[in-house]
Amino acid sequence: MKNSNFFSQMMSSIGKFFVKIWNGILNLRKKRGFNSILASLFSIVIGIVIGLLLMLMIKPKDAFYGLAMMLTGGVSNISNIFQVLYTAAPLLMTGLAVGFAFKTGLFNIGAAGQYTVGAFFAIFGAVILKLPWYLDILLAALGGALWGAIPGLFKAFLNVNEVITSIMFNWIGLFAVDLIIANTPRLLDTYYGGADQSRAVNVAGVNPGAKLPSLGMESLSPYMNVGIFIAIILAIVMFIILNKTTFGYELKACGYNKESSKYAGINAKRNIVLSMAISGALAGIGGALTYLAGTAQMQVTKSISPIGFNGIPVALLGMSNPIGIIFSALFIAYIQIGGNAMQPEFATEVIDIVISVIIYLSAFSLVFKQAIDKYLLNRKRKQIDLELAEENKPKPPAVETPKEGDLQ
Amino acid sequence: MNVLGDLISSMIAFAVPLILVALGAMFSERSGTINIALEGIMIIGALVASLIFKFLNESQLAVTAPQLCVLIGILGAAIVGALYSFFLAFASIRLKADQTIGGTALNMLAPALAIVVTWAIQGQGQTAIYTPSWVPLAIAPIDANFFERIFLKSMYLTTPICILVIAAATIIIYKTKFGLRLRSCGENPAAADSVGINVYKMRYTGVMISGALAGIGGVAFTLAAGSGFASTVAGYGFLALAVMIFGNWQPLKIAFAALLFAFFKSLSGMSGSIPFLPSFENVKESLYIYLMIPYIVTMIILALTSKKSRAPKAEGIPYDKGSR
Repeated sequence: MKNSNFFSQMMSSIGKFFVKIWNGILNLRKKRGFNSILASLFSIVIGIVIGLLLMLMIKPKDAFYGLAMMLTGGVSNISNIFQVLYTAAPLLMTGLAVGFAFKTGLFNIGAAGQYTVGAFFAIFGAVILKLPWYLDILLAALGGALWGAIPGLFKAFLNVNEVITSIMFNWIGLFAVDLIIANTPRLLDTYYGGADQSRAVNVAGVNPGAKLPSLGMESLSPYMNVGIFIAIILAIVMFIILNKTTFGYELKACGYNKESSKYAGINAKRNIVLSMAISGALAGIGGALTYLAGTAQMQVTKSISPIGFNGIPVALLGMSNPIGIIFSALFIAYIQIGGNAMQPEFATEVIDIVISVIIYLSAFSLVFKQAIDKYLLNRKRKQIDLELAEENKPKPPAVETPKEGDLQ
Repeated sequence: MNVLGDLISSMIAFAVPLILVALGAMFSERSGTINIALEGIMIIGALVASLIFKFLNESQLAVTAPQLCVLIGILGAAIVGALYSFFLAFASIRLKADQTIGGTALNMLAPALAIVVTWAIQGQGQTAIYTPSWVPLAIAPIDANFFERIFLKSMYLTTPICILVIAAATIIIYKTKFGLRLRSCGENPAAADSVGINVYKMRYTGVMISGALAGIGGVAFTLAAGSGFASTVAGYGFLALAVMIFGNWQPLKIAFAALLFAFFKSLSGMSGSIPFLPSFENVKESLYIYLMIPYIVTMIILALTSKKSRAPKAEGIPYDKGSR
């Protein structure tokens, strides 16, 4: 009896939940957020059209094939679908890193360095310390946080612009990681019989426990793993921290106005360092998700990782909102895989052009939004006008002719 | 002594693009707009100049007046750089958008556009545009002495242009009416507006000067790199931003900061051939130690001098007439 009561209560609360969501969707149209989503979609369409025009200029006869590949390459087969998810996971993390810093008034252009240092910590944990994957991810977060905290410390205590420090520490981090990997034989591919001297070993081969779980779907694609789910969960956690906690509120307050938040008793210096450390930790986890998947090997290289820099467009497209960033990371990963399918007819860089046009147009989002608002307002006005016209229609004479009794 | 000559010549070659671009960044920030797009503008400038060199290579002009051709290339880079930076100016001044948006978009667009254009012109997979042999200003003899090494080795038309730009920037910023107005727009745009200065026009001018200089800087980088244009400027646009802050938004200090950075940079490039440098024999790939040094030195100096650092007050804040 008790059980069934509980069950029915639960069912009714679940029902209420769905009704709430449905009402939410219905209400969405009236909210301002809806217009910004519409503006983003508008930017995306224009970006793709410009990409098509570019392809028409280069190779007219292949242009529509290129467009088809760009738009459908990500779902053309099962392997590509999983590759989209695999590519999206680290992008989502670096996007979150940049977006979170934006929300707290900081421009973390150093996600690339934090990503690299995080990746190194994860590989070190997996290969040398033989730790399982979840501890490797924690280590990566620690490494990223450390690398993010440095620009925060410079900003908080020495008043050095975080943009400059992050750029400098991108390079320092990259070269330091290169140096350590090159000087730790057990990290190198050659130690395990590989041929490439400038490459770290594949994590999965040395320590199977460090490979991200594939949820039993490994037979479908080697790219399938829990990485994307971890990234999405972290995005939701960041959303909650930023919007539902005092801590997040304090961080945002520092971003809006450092002086007035100081006046309100918020420790601004501590918050700047914390914001940068959290942002760095997110980017570091991105590095772990790339290399713990067991499909990529870290290179000893002189060039900075593009995944870190691509966090900036991901964050901008998602308007720095963690939930928006989930979708923008998935979108950018999707269109990138589509770009790979465009080869060899077109260079994959066409995709970068499309993305940069979309980002640029998001600067117009305010203009778009105003235009949409105006259009909706005009429509509403017309509707009201119509309704008014309906009301003011010449009414039946019975109303207009005064009653005899009134006159007398 | 010869090694020292080589070191100085390489230092100058690397400092020239940094100085040009950092001075450009200074013009933009003094007017109140942070130009994050320098990296992209450099790539576009380098692309344009490399294409001009490539097309002039077959013409008669390249034989009779090679330096005129180089000048045409540099001017082309400056004009296209200014036009490209107009997109940033439009987004951040007219649309009052966050300045990182336009900057990020332009930085992402430039290398992609460069690769697509290079492929379209040269054929698939041909990503590098080689610099013709007539471009250097002089050719050092094989047995060059100390001074010949400094003045003849890796000397391009961009080096004298750079010296002219340093002088011109100092005069323009501090000694002219335009410079004073430009600075006022970066410090207190509302006050500037109240005395009849067109803040928007000033900011457009500042950004587009920075675009032109960054375009030339891109050419200088490609020439210093030696092997031609490969759709990248290796982070020099961002480095120039750091150099500008390091130089405290003042032309001469910027030039000094760039030289210092370039010195450590060329030290890393030549670490193998300089006898008195430690060679870290127990360390593999010790090159990476030297590669790190310029960045670490810059950080240390920034940390030491940061108390005196003074950015233009209104930089990065879109000016809205209505908020006056």
